[in-house]
Amino acid sequence: MNDELVVAIEVNGETVRRLVPASRTLLEFLRVDLGLTGSKHGCDVGDCGACTVLVDGVARLSCITLAVEVRGPVRTIEGVPADDPIVAAFDRHLASQCGYCTPGFVMNLIGVREDGGAPDEEALRNALGSNLCRCTGYTRILDAAKDALGQG
Amino acid sequence: MTPLIKLNASSPHESARKHVSGAARYVDDLPAPQGMLHGFAVASPHAHAKIVSRDGTRARALPGVHAVLFAADVPGSNHIGPVVHDEDLLADATAQCVGHAVAVVVAESRDIAREAAALVDVVYEVLPAILTIEESIAAKAFLGSPHHMARGDVDAALASAAIVIKATARNPAQDHFYLETHAALAIPEEGGNWLIYSSTQHPTEVQGEVASVLGLPRNAVVVEVPRLGGGFGGKESQASQIACWAALGAHVTGRPVKVWLDREQDMTHTGKRHPFRTDYEAGFDADGRLTALRARVYADAGFSLDLSQAINDRALFHLDNAYYVPNVDFQNFTCKTNLLSNTAFRGFGGPQGMVVIEDAMQRAAERLGKDPNVFRVASFYGDAPRNVTPYGMRVDQPRAARLWEELSASSDYATRSAAIAAHNATSSVVKRGLGFMPVKFGISFTATLLNQAGALVLVYADGSVQMNHGGIEMGQGLHTKMLAIAGDELGVPASAVRAMDTATDKVPNTSATAASSGSDLNGWAVRNACAEIRQRMAVVAAEVLGVPAAALVFADGQVGAPGGPSMPFAKLANTCWVRRISLSSTGFYATPDLAYDREKGFGRPFFYFAWGASVVEVEVNALTGEHRVVRADLLQDVGKSLVPSIDLGQVEGAFVQGVGWLTMEECLYDKRGRFVTHGPSTYKIPTIGDVPADLRVHLLENVEQDGTIHGSKAVGEPPLMLGIGVVSALRQAIGAFASPGHEIELALPATPEAVLRAIMDVRARSAAGAPSLHG
Ligand code: FES
Ligand code: FES
Repeated sequence: MNDELVVAIEVNGETVRRLVPASRTLLEFLRVDLGLTGSKHGCDVGDCGACTVLVDGVARLSCITLAVEVRGPVRTIEGVPADDPIVAAFDRHLASQCGYCTPGFVMNLIGVREDGGAPDEEALRNALGSNLCRCTGYTRILDAAKDALGQG
Repeated sequence: MTPLIKLNASSPHESARKHVSGAARYVDDLPAPQGMLHGFAVASPHAHAKIVSRDGTRARALPGVHAVLFAADVPGSNHIGPVVHDEDLLADATAQCVGHAVAVVVAESRDIAREAAALVDVVYEVLPAILTIEESIAAKAFLGSPHHMARGDVDAALASAAIVIKATARNPAQDHFYLETHAALAIPEEGGNWLIYSSTQHPTEVQGEVASVLGLPRNAVVVEVPRLGGGFGGKESQASQIACWAALGAHVTGRPVKVWLDREQDMTHTGKRHPFRTDYEAGFDADGRLTALRARVYADAGFSLDLSQAINDRALFHLDNAYYVPNVDFQNFTCKTNLLSNTAFRGFGGPQGMVVIEDAMQRAAERLGKDPNVFRVASFYGDAPRNVTPYGMRVDQPRAARLWEELSASSDYATRSAAIAAHNATSSVVKRGLGFMPVKFGISFTATLLNQAGALVLVYADGSVQMNHGGIEMGQGLHTKMLAIAGDELGVPASAVRAMDTATDKVPNTSATAASSGSDLNGWAVRNACAEIRQRMAVVAAEVLGVPAAALVFADGQVGAPGGPSMPFAKLANTCWVRRISLSSTGFYATPDLAYDREKGFGRPFFYFAWGASVVEVEVNALTGEHRVVRADLLQDVGKSLVPSIDLGQVEGAFVQGVGWLTMEECLYDKRGRFVTHGPSTYKIPTIGDVPADLRVHLLENVEQDGTIHGSKAVGEPPLMLGIGVVSALRQAIGAFASPGHEIELALPATPEAVLRAIMDVRARSAAGAPSLHG
């Protein structure tokens, strides 16, 4: 049932190849097999957004994505440059408290940006509705999102 | 680059860049040590059961399984618990709740451990279980010792009161739902010693429990905490069992063992905020002033004492909230049930106490068809003699009246109130409500001995600094505040100071980072340590510069006399080293002037009070019961803010968590005592869509506090209770669907379903012309 399979995917620009159990989620693949722990376990059932990464430019919940089903390059928080405008906006707006949810928010927003367009506040709220944060009241996260992506 | 952190100035979180880059490490992110195994707990499926037999044979046979451990495998004590050791780490004779661990499986991978856990054979004989507060009361199944407070003559006051409210107030449980679930990693070290990484708010307690479970002295165990992905009280006492499972597994296998709980395990193994039931009678005079309050307070402790007695006591301390009550008779009971052992949660009983008196305010107003704020304002603490709490502590700077004045002005209360009345008169489906909530919250651990803290500061010969203190960084910005204090005291930029991970080998015998006390206690300890080092350095600088030590100023990385000679701090550090002057120091602080006699229910349990107030506007739909917060205005007294940006974030986050508790977070157990809302799909915490688009958060100005660290006040818990304002607002909106004069029966959390029921109920009574339920 849990046979081992070879998973070969491109992660943050580098092709990696590992023998993993077939049931390995992308999140565990990143965290355990590659040591990329920036993507977090928040719920493991696709309801909190803490594990968000980009697959082929689209935000995906890595906890409910099997590593073997990944087609296309994966980008994680570790692959986001420090001067990315979204990262900088989070910094500027003091948008993190414990920081556990932060990578997921950033990756989700990068996905929104890749999608193109200039989302208004309503659209940003909708997009961020899939990410949970237990520390903040979301206002600074929204401010950062508006600053980095919004219509000004 | 370290971000710019300065005392009394808005500063980023010290780990902000690490958070946003994914570099910030939490326990589960630490690199796996060589040979690490994984532990997985086997939980009782029964709320109360005798364990007839247990057998790990089938589980052990699974390839990759290293050990299956039961109570008998514990080398030291199998009993844990923060106050009394009344919990079996691994259930021995009986399992006390669904989720009580019976065994721990240790295996090569977590997947194998989980698979093996299902193969552990335990035969249970199911016993009768207590699943509600009412069943516990009937069985007189109480834990701890009741606490009583009394003043004046309640019977006489009720007899002469213009209005008497007799009711039962209930508040719901709440799951902490920190985004980071519990984790622990136990590493055996040479010589029979231990290094434990734990996601705990209380490393000293984990140290003590692991030592006791392994039968070792505490010096054999070092507990280290990198940071937490949120705690909120849920990692105060609850972390110990997880760390002990890991330590036990590592002890038996001789290999490092990690135990990490997934969300479902976290929610089904660990305790919640206590649900309370309070039966009360409140009396008001004709002016709306509270004259008497009698309360019988019942807390659902779950299966063990944990911190329940202290939490229940804090509820008593906050039954008065911001109001002077001349005649009181308070008594609490801590009820044992066969449910998860409820525990600390931001506010620690305070919110549960306040919900009661606010219920009384609302009912009095609703019955008379008046504005509840008339009752609130008339009852505020004020000048003597209206400045003494039910437990005899003087309220030195009552701030409720000022908060009401400033907040009602800044929130445009009167105008909006009139507009809402006009709206409600014409709108039949959607009604609005405007609620006001004052908060007075006592600051200090009510167990006086816990009000102590230590620090260890090290200055290196190049002028760089390491700062250790006993507090845990869990997102609340404690390290940021401590860096600001250390930088200020040593006169160096905070970027020259490194906040070290909290560890029991740096600062011993710490209290939990809890009770909002983190910066109050550790702040003084850090400051005292820095001051000691500075004093020693000043003697050297005075010699080198030829000026009196007393004239020296340490600022901006320079040490010198104003207008006179100076030298860089780094150079001075090196000179001190050369001259063989100690550049490290501990610092210590014990809060002064605390004395509380629990037997008499009298004394000074708190160093001071933190105050705050909220004005919350809601909109309610009568067809669905759906509601939303349209706008909220918050005003919080944090003294002179150590770091305003951090404090504002705390106020906002706490308020949202309070609103979540009272409006959407529903903890449900089934009839067999199983916690069924064990994931985000069934347990709803606020999302961005639940936060009011118009949220205005301010700190009260010019309120420097005497005797506290740099004049600041605690901020962690108090603003959670600002969320109670949402209940007042909802009740007003619900009442608008019926004729005036009816008390609102709104169950909490006020989910759309509960709101809809409340609307139907009040409408039915209104249509029947029936008097109020408790009239
Ligand atoms: S961990 Fe993937 S959505 Fe929560
Ligand atoms: S900052 Fe802690 S969960 Fe978002």
